[in-house]
Amino acid sequence: MAYFVEQLINGLTLGAIYGLIAIGYTMVYGIIGMINFAHGEIFMIGSFICLLSLMVLGLLGITWVPLALLLTLIIAMILTSMYGWTLERIAYRPLRGSPRLAALITAIGMSIFLQNYVQILQGARVRPMQPLISGGFEIMQSGDYIVSLSYLRLFIWVLTLVLMVAFTLIITRTALGRAQRACEQDRGMAALIGINVDKTISLTFVMGAALASVAGMMFLLSYGVIDFFIGFLAGIKAFTAAVLGGIGSLPGAMLGGLLIGLIEAFWSGYFTVEYKDVAAFAILVLVLIFRPTGLLGKPDIEKV
Amino acid sequence: MQQMLTVSGVHTFYGNIEALRGVDLEVHAGEIVSLIGANGAGKSTLLMTICGDPGAARGQVVFDGTDITKARTHDIICSGIAQSPEGRRIFPRMTIMENLQMGATTADPKFFAEDLEKVFSLFPILEQRQGQRGGTLSGGEQQMLAIGRALMSRPRLLLLDEPSLGLAPMVVKQIFNVIKEINAEEKVTVFLVEQNAFHALRLAHRGYVMINGKITLTGTGQELLANPEVRAAYLEGGH
Repeated sequence: MAYFVEQLINGLTLGAIYGLIAIGYTMVYGIIGMINFAHGEIFMIGSFICLLSLMVLGLLGITWVPLALLLTLIIAMILTSMYGWTLERIAYRPLRGSPRLAALITAIGMSIFLQNYVQILQGARVRPMQPLISGGFEIMQSGDYIVSLSYLRLFIWVLTLVLMVAFTLIITRTALGRAQRACEQDRGMAALIGINVDKTISLTFVMGAALASVAGMMFLLSYGVIDFFIGFLAGIKAFTAAVLGGIGSLPGAMLGGLLIGLIEAFWSGYFTVEYKDVAAFAILVLVLIFRPTGLLGKPDIEKV
Repeated sequence: MQQMLTVSGVHTFYGNIEALRGVDLEVHAGEIVSLIGANGAGKSTLLMTICGDPGAARGQVVFDGTDITKARTHDIICSGIAQSPEGRRIFPRMTIMENLQMGATTADPKFFAEDLEKVFSLFPILEQRQGQRGGTLSGGEQQMLAIGRALMSRPRLLLLDEPSLGLAPMVVKQIFNVIKEINAEEKVTVFLVEQNAFHALRLAHRGYVMINGKITLTGTGQELLANPEVRAAYLEGGH
């Protein structure tokens, strides 16, 4: 039981990170119908910006952990958003209206470009970081096996929850959210009611990148090492999460992220770590066979 | 009378197909102008060209003294034109209320409550069903919502594409009464595209006939209704 709870905690933490990245995939897909394969790299860049920001803040003498984290979070969200915005502006916008394949290949190209860009700037070696948040509290004990919930994990859960609530409110209640949903449902009509479609798409990339940078920070704090290649696997996993939940669906992305995280954690805990990716992708295949639109994705039912 | 919209020598292409082949027409402030023509004549293309999507390849579109030929669609809408387009294009996964909120995108928020009340008084059914999703509405309700959505932007010029298409005669009558009311009481200039020539011309101050991307006839609504060519092509038989 204790072991089960331990894996549950691992899974939820991993799931939170995947979920935050998956939102970026699902939103961009919803609004322009393309898979932004460079989104994993945006996550990786967010992670690097966090590392650099923490180092710089350390040099400046800001070592009180909550303040350093808050500042890092803000800096990373802003800078990573700028990467997201630039990516859309220079790589995707000129291709709007061209065949989907062109956009897809460009996305893969941007992904490779961004990996190499970080590799050149930061080197190919892994970058380690001292653990910032340590400690936790015991939540259960069986025999001499102690399950503890670290403050770091609690921080990740709370932050994810806050962001997801804030994000849901933006999408459902604000004018920007309505504009995004309008563009998603009928881009031409959105322009016909006076929505600046290009701006709305840009803001979608900005929001996705901001969430990915938070995921980047969580990854950095949890694992303590990052390199230029972390975006690849995390990106693929988050993409899988988005498809599993139903691509285009925001609650689906969150649910899909949690499920992929849990599947990985439990598989690693009870079976073999080596095959955890296989497990996650196998579940994806099964779900897509029986529910091709994903768990929460709905086929459009439109009455004419 | 004051010019509101002037279209001169407009050519529009879809790929290699020339959908508009030198269209000239004008709409004066306060008028209802109807454009009639067969399916595929280019009527809807003209409305979309006025809104810049697709833009005119040649010629000029002037709205209220400003050349909007090359303007971007959302800027054209901001300048005071609204369109209820072909196929209505209601946002299917938004409620009636949200669709109306979307329509008010370019309007000053302080008028929202007032405008909403106006739309609800024109189309009471929209108020009753305000929480229902657009995709689940009937054709007539969608048409009402499309017109209501267009009105929410407080347009000076309202473009309506086939508001009677596919609707029951009772509903058609109701929609045309509302168009008349909007024009008379709200002082909204209306440019209407229709295959239903009889209703459209009876309602209109002036009319145009379009064939194969060109304007072939023009006159007051009454004149066109009495014109033998128009009668033969659009009024007798078939409709």
